Amino acid sequence: MRNVFLFLRRYATFLFFLLLQVFSIWLIVNYNKYHNAIGSAYMNEITGMVNKRYNKIDNFLQLKEKNDSLQKENERLRNQQAENFERPDTTNKIVADSIPYDTLGHFRKWLYQRAKVVSNSVTTQNNYIVLNRGTAQQLNKDEGVIDPNNGVVGIVTEVSANYAVVMSLLHKDSKISAILKNDPTGGGSIVWDGKEPNYLSFINVRQSAKAKPGDTVITSGITPTFPHGMFVGIIDQITPDKSTNNYIIKLRSGANFYNLQYAYAIKNFQKDEIDKLLEKAKTKISN
Amino acid sequence: MSTLVKNIMRFILLILVQFYVLDKIHLHQMITPYIYFLFILWMPFKMNRSLQMLLAFLLGFTLDSFRHSPGFHAAACVLIAYVRPFLINILIPQEGADSNYEEPSARSMGGFFPYLIYAGLLSLLHHSWLFFLEAMEFGNFWYFIVKTFLSTIISLLLIFAAELLFSRKQKFRTNTV
Repeated sequence: MRNVFLFLRRYATFLFFLLLQVFSIWLIVNYNKYHNAIGSAYMNEITGMVNKRYNKIDNFLQLKEKNDSLQKENERLRNQQAENFERPDTTNKIVADSIPYDTLGHFRKWLYQRAKVVSNSVTTQNNYIVLNRGTAQQLNKDEGVIDPNNGVVGIVTEVSANYAVVMSLLHKDSKISAILKNDPTGGGSIVWDGKEPNYLSFINVRQSAKAKPGDTVITSGITPTFPHGMFVGIIDQITPDKSTNNYIIKLRSGANFYNLQYAYAIKNFQKDEIDKLLEKAKTKISN
Repeated sequence: MSTLVKNIMRFILLILVQFYVLDKIHLHQMITPYIYFLFILWMPFKMNRSLQMLLAFLLGFTLDSFRHSPGFHAAACVLIAYVRPFLINILIPQEGADSNYEEPSARSMGGFFPYLIYAGLLSLLHHSWLFFLEAMEFGNFWYFIVKTFLSTIISLLLIFAAELLFSRKQKFRTNTV
């Protein structure tokens, strides 16, 4: 008996080593059994907690890439929406032939093109936004520009190979056509008085139109720049214009011009045709 | 900083670095960069051997819990913690050097070369035992050998990088105390 104790004392470290090794190997072999054990639940809780923290930081660091990929996805989804396709009267073959096709054979009218805002201002009287997309990326003059929430931002005025300059809604010369969402008969123009960023004026609205503060104003769709229904702003204040029979409506703009980061330019495939037709009509009259 | 606090911080930091930095790097399928066992390499000379092994087991077990592979790293860590005192006995040149300094380093072990052998052998042992246990489940012999050697080299590089980055200033302690 004494010898046993002596042996134990002498080789205590080695035995402890063997014990731990055997325990480790037991863990390896019984992985599945271990996994259900109570002890693992605690360990999982702790490692899970640390993992969550790490994940938070990791997510934060990848926000930029995620934004980019989301924007790509949005562009793709927007372009799949049915309202971007305008099918002419198919019984009339002559009209159908002259309308541009997309590769699927549908009659695409609107194409959304994503772009990143590289420069933006709100403080001057004439504000411009610069997008990192130009003629090399199929962006042309006179395309409408919206923000990711469908809020109207402006109209492309100058394009170079890789950049485009957008005349913001916050520009003295900016003028786009808009209607009241609740009462489509109440149409007018959106201008900016140059005073307050994010506040626009909706002018030339007939006083018979049913407008009240809080109503939504959307694009009319009668110009070739914007599709119908793009969000322009929310009515803030309505004042009747004494000299005419119209309202002057103050709007809070739909797009937040202070923190624009991403935007979509909207290409209208039928614009050229419409312009040509108008030109033709004008020359005919003048002759 | 007391030895206890220092070692606790090392434990946590090395586990975090191992799991959240090194394990996210995919160098090559043959190379798994390991550095967490530096905790065992840097443990004080004067420490109960059973306690050393217990701490090594805890270290391995913690990493295993993160990786959901219970046992593998614990086994490898316990092995190197067990072998460590023997290696120190062989490699330390003069009598009593292990009582003059607190923990193993190039300085306390009397030069860069003994320390290199110390770190190299322990990493090799750690990796071979670890990959051997893993290879029992899958893999073949040559894969195991190549993986062990390549990973050891990378681990040594990491260890010496850590050694250079975090210079451990060790006081010379007289043994009269």
